[in-house]
Amino acid sequence: MRITRIITNEESSGSDVQDLSMLDPLIAKHKGKKGNLIPLLQGAQELYGFISKAAFEKLARDTGIPLSDMFGVATFYAQFRLNPVGKNIIKVCHGTACHVQNAVEITESLEEMLKVKDGETTEDRFYTLESVACLGCCSLAPVMMIGEQTYGKLTGNEAVRIVKNIRLAGNN
Amino acid sequence: MIPKNFLSINQSINQSINQSIHQSVNPSISQSINQSIHQSVNPSINQSINQSVNPSISQSINQSINQSISQSVNQSISQSVNQSISQQFNNYNMPTTVTVGLGSCGIAAGANKTYDKIKALKESDNLDFKLKKTSCVGMCYREPLVEITDETGTYLYGEVDADRAVEVIEKHINQQAPIRDYIVYTDLFDAPENDFIGAQVKIVLRNCGYMDPESIEEYESRDGYQAIKKIAAENTGREVVIDTILKSGLRGRGGGGFPTGMKWKFANANKSADKYVICNADEGDPGAFMDRSVLEGDPHSVLEGMIIAAYAIEATGGVIYCRAEYPLAIKRLNIAIKQAHEHGYLGKNIFGIEGFNLDIYIKEGAGAFVCGEETALIASIEGERGMPRKRPPFPAVSGLWKKPTNINNVETYANIPWIIIHGAEAYAQYGTEKSKGTKVFALAGKVRHSGLVEVPMGMTIRDVIFKLGGGIKNNKRFKAVQMGGPSGGCIPEFLSDTIVDYDSVNATGAIMGSGGMVVMDETTCMVDVAKFFLDFTCKESCGKCTFCRMGTKRMLEILDRITNGYGREGDLEKLEELAFQIKDNSLCGLGQTAPNPVLTTIKYFRDEYEAHINHKKCPAKVCRPLLTYKVDEEKCTGCMVCLKNCPVKAITGERKQKHFINQEMCTKCGVCFSKCKFESILLS
Repeated sequence: MRITRIITNEESSGSDVQDLSMLDPLIAKHKGKKGNLIPLLQGAQELYGFISKAAFEKLARDTGIPLSDMFGVATFYAQFRLNPVGKNIIKVCHGTACHVQNAVEITESLEEMLKVKDGETTEDRFYTLESVACLGCCSLAPVMMIGEQTYGKLTGNEAVRIVKNIRLAGNN
Repeated sequence: MIPKNFLSINQSINQSINQSIHQSVNPSISQSINQSIHQSVNPSINQSINQSVNPSISQSINQSINQSISQSVNQSISQSVNQSISQQFNNYNMPTTVTVGLGSCGIAAGANKTYDKIKALKESDNLDFKLKKTSCVGMCYREPLVEITDETGTYLYGEVDADRAVEVIEKHINQQAPIRDYIVYTDLFDAPENDFIGAQVKIVLRNCGYMDPESIEEYESRDGYQAIKKIAAENTGREVVIDTILKSGLRGRGGGGFPTGMKWKFANANKSADKYVICNADEGDPGAFMDRSVLEGDPHSVLEGMIIAAYAIEATGGVIYCRAEYPLAIKRLNIAIKQAHEHGYLGKNIFGIEGFNLDIYIKEGAGAFVCGEETALIASIEGERGMPRKRPPFPAVSGLWKKPTNINNVETYANIPWIIIHGAEAYAQYGTEKSKGTKVFALAGKVRHSGLVEVPMGMTIRDVIFKLGGGIKNNKRFKAVQMGGPSGGCIPEFLSDTIVDYDSVNATGAIMGSGGMVVMDETTCMVDVAKFFLDFTCKESCGKCTFCRMGTKRMLEILDRITNGYGREGDLEKLEELAFQIKDNSLCGLGQTAPNPVLTTIKYFRDEYEAHINHKKCPAKVCRPLLTYKVDEEKCTGCMVCLKNCPVKAITGERKQKHFINQEMCTKCGVCFSKCKFESILLS
């Protein structure tokens, strides 16, 4: 079980003031429909990048779905984040094909460069480094995905170079 | 797409078929063949006159004449038919088309830039060709791919980045001089990848890479929606449709291998006002990407398969449960569903069948491997935690919203229209006694040609890897192939003459699974691979069954110890005991199969485990804590490169003096080994 994903950081999730009224159209769209819980959470995450405590409470209040049910579902699926994430998420693929072609090196090089551990966000909230199971681009292994762009046939150095360039472009 | 004067083409094709047959076969049998060809060729030509008419015609010809003549004659006919058809076509001034492969793999390799470049060139220089998009043709290792079809034939260019695109357009389009060195596949001469395509039988992938997946018209021009129209026109009964699928021998392609026709029969037998068809597109196996390619390359065939299933079991609703990690597949499915609605192929009283109402919607998965299990998938659609439940009742009795439900995998559905059009016998002619038809495999890992291949069941694993896959990268030695993902196992080199069918693969301890084949060479540590998969299943266990939840954790801890140099005598026995307990005491497929990677590697690579445990060595030199880096004093030139690059300053030495690695400080990162230009770092 993904025990690590259940740990939430109260301080970091509380520090962002969110405009909760953004949730209203989403709630109106899904309220009362069967099987609506996952789309509600997906929608909320799309709006804010993660699901904050306040967002959970509003969803529970307005839809009548018990908070415990919501939290149970949110912690079950890998997709849902309970903490804020960086502007760019670096998804380093650790599928089988990437694993046997040294995906570990990619993650380690990026950890060293960004000075964060796997799953963490950089201080400037520019990057979140994440390992994922499989991006389905096995023929280009090892790969990583930043935004919608996939980068293939990587080495540690190449990955670091790409990540540096995006930050340079993003800060200008 | 269809030329206005196709009737005259049709006639002239028939003439040329007749002529070519007369030339190649003796007159007495040619007459009967002629008749059967006339009958079978005409309709399919009418339906599918476009650039790729050749395969579909030759296929239908092959079927109708297979019984009456020998194979050599058969080949010579289809060859001459192909030639004459392409000659006929070329006389009708088909416009030159340039098609760029824009599947996920192509895009990752930079195909969007290639497409934009060609588009810009076309506009700035006012070039006269049609620019089209298609999806993955399976040759992922040659991406980005650009296909040019002109009056002389079809040429597939490989590794076309933006720069090469400029060159190809200039030479091929402007100067009519194809660049032979870049051509990877063509039917006109011997190109490097001709065998890769030639050795395959494409049923599921019949359209992938051959048409624009965002165009319903192109799908229809390639027999699309003809299967369901045929059912409607001939008023085929539900039982007859189910019987056809049963007779075809199609088994579930998601991994289970349950006969599809049986599933439909059960779902049909349970009467209810509401019933559902579900497409399982939650392709979770790491190292498998067949379903992604089908969804991206041919979404309509999946929809048509679902529509036929819905007809057969009288379903009223359809859901495609697709992983959120496949944004392009979801986008193209959405387009396909919208187009199907616009054409009246979804909605009320579809295909003129009174009372046949069907809507299909997409449900995005939220990232849980266990949701590939059908009862967990249903729970997830219902908005719950994706935890499997006890069966029976099976979904065919009580599935989505407790209604009878039929669940099939993407590849299974994509087979259905082909089977309905060509008949159960045509499908069953491929494959082995108990595993009929073809199977798509995703080749990845240490294999030269990583990509998608579709082969008839019964081919040997060796042929798939060496003939289609091109063998092992960097001339390394083939060690094993991992089949079936986290539920499967590693098949060693000495068993690679095993044929691919459900039962033969099961006999090795692996499973067919959804079709991932991850190839491993001598530099892959099998203990590490077993640990990798167990780490995966341990994280993905839903936690419902204690044996799966705790057992996988305990097994992982043991493997962790072994790979860190703390293996103990008796560890292997403990692993095996835990493995059998987990297999016996888990509710769903995840737990029942989770120990397979460990069991198969212990069975076939016990010596590697023993080297780790008894000698604290990793023979493949993968498990870091078991490695030792030393300086070869003979070879070391004292260049100081390793010393400067060592992240923990564990290397000491003066310029032009032998260096020394402090073993206590060394973190075994391998930087010195990769940086040394004189091969003077020894790894043991």
